[in-house]
Amino acid sequence: MVNIIWASMAMIGILYAMVNGTMDEVNEAIFASSGEAVTLSIGLISVLVFWLGIMRVAEQAGILKVLTKILRPAVSRLFPELPKDHPALGYILSNLTANLFGLGNAATPMGIKAMEQMKQLSGSDTASRSMITFLALNTSSLTIIPTTVIAIRMQYDSASPTEIVGTTIIATTISTAGALVVDRFYHYKSTRRN
Amino acid sequence: MGIITVISTWLIPLFIFLVLLTATWKKVPAYEAFVEGGKEGVKMAFSLLPFLVGMIVSIAILRSSGALEAFVGLITPLLVMVGIPPDIVPLALVRPISGTAALGMTTELISTHGPDSFIGRLASTMQGSTDTTLYVLTVYFGAVGIHRMRYALKVGLIADLIGILASILIVSLVFG
Repeated sequence: MVNIIWASMAMIGILYAMVNGTMDEVNEAIFASSGEAVTLSIGLISVLVFWLGIMRVAEQAGILKVLTKILRPAVSRLFPELPKDHPALGYILSNLTANLFGLGNAATPMGIKAMEQMKQLSGSDTASRSMITFLALNTSSLTIIPTTVIAIRMQYDSASPTEIVGTTIIATTISTAGALVVDRFYHYKSTRRN
Repeated sequence: MGIITVISTWLIPLFIFLVLLTATWKKVPAYEAFVEGGKEGVKMAFSLLPFLVGMIVSIAILRSSGALEAFVGLITPLLVMVGIPPDIVPLALVRPISGTAALGMTTELISTHGPDSFIGRLASTMQGSTDTTLYVLTVYFGAVGIHRMRYALKVGLIADLIGILASILIVSLVFG
């Protein structure tokens, strides 16, 4: 599916440019955006190196295990496929906690580690049930502090930059709950077919 | 609300402090472990690079050609009929596809309508309550080499739709 989406976005763009004479813009965008993507990846190095380093220390010091033990009851319900003491649960919890506090930078490396652990469990290049549940939680972005938005609102002299925290929490809770329900629905639909 | 800002600035340093304290207490070779884990980060960033270049360029072609804008214009009347404010429609459609474009739109909406207007509050809530599904998918599945993503994209996009509708409803109820 991602192959089709990826190819059609570019193809539709190029076709549209042919008809509407925006080929110059497209040409410029191709080179500018690939440069941007490289800058983005290079920028990720600092965050990935730092957080994966700290998380390795945390892992060896046994902190991840403690974290997993405390919050396991809630999370193992969401991920019934994962074994009870599996390190994937620890990384999932760290990722969700970082997201909750709006620390997207710290959340991504931990999320990738969680994915890696889940891939070792499933041992294939097909997304497993737990991976999709984890992805659903991340795309619906469960957060309590939308830091970027608050910063923008401050910049434009809002009388109360943080007044949207409440509405954001409610909206994100609804979308996360919705994501989990939809995820379950498609999971059961796919198992019934097999 | 001051307390939330304090928590978020203290959280990371405090976490690092606790990790290092525990490691030292348990006689774990902290620095060596850090370097070991960090090496993995370098590899990860480089393996992500082609995934990001591919996805970002494809989206950039769609945007720069004007096709995305045309599509948004086409679908806007339909969404207005359902009760979605017309100013917010482009943001709602772009949010799952491009994080940078969405952030730009949110900033633009806040600057033209004012952060404390209905549209400003709605854009803020929408921006904060959903994430860029396509980016999350690219990064997480790309980094570990998942090729068949099954129903993941569907779930992500439906979740975005729920988030957008929930934002409109909540902001109308609270600030309307």
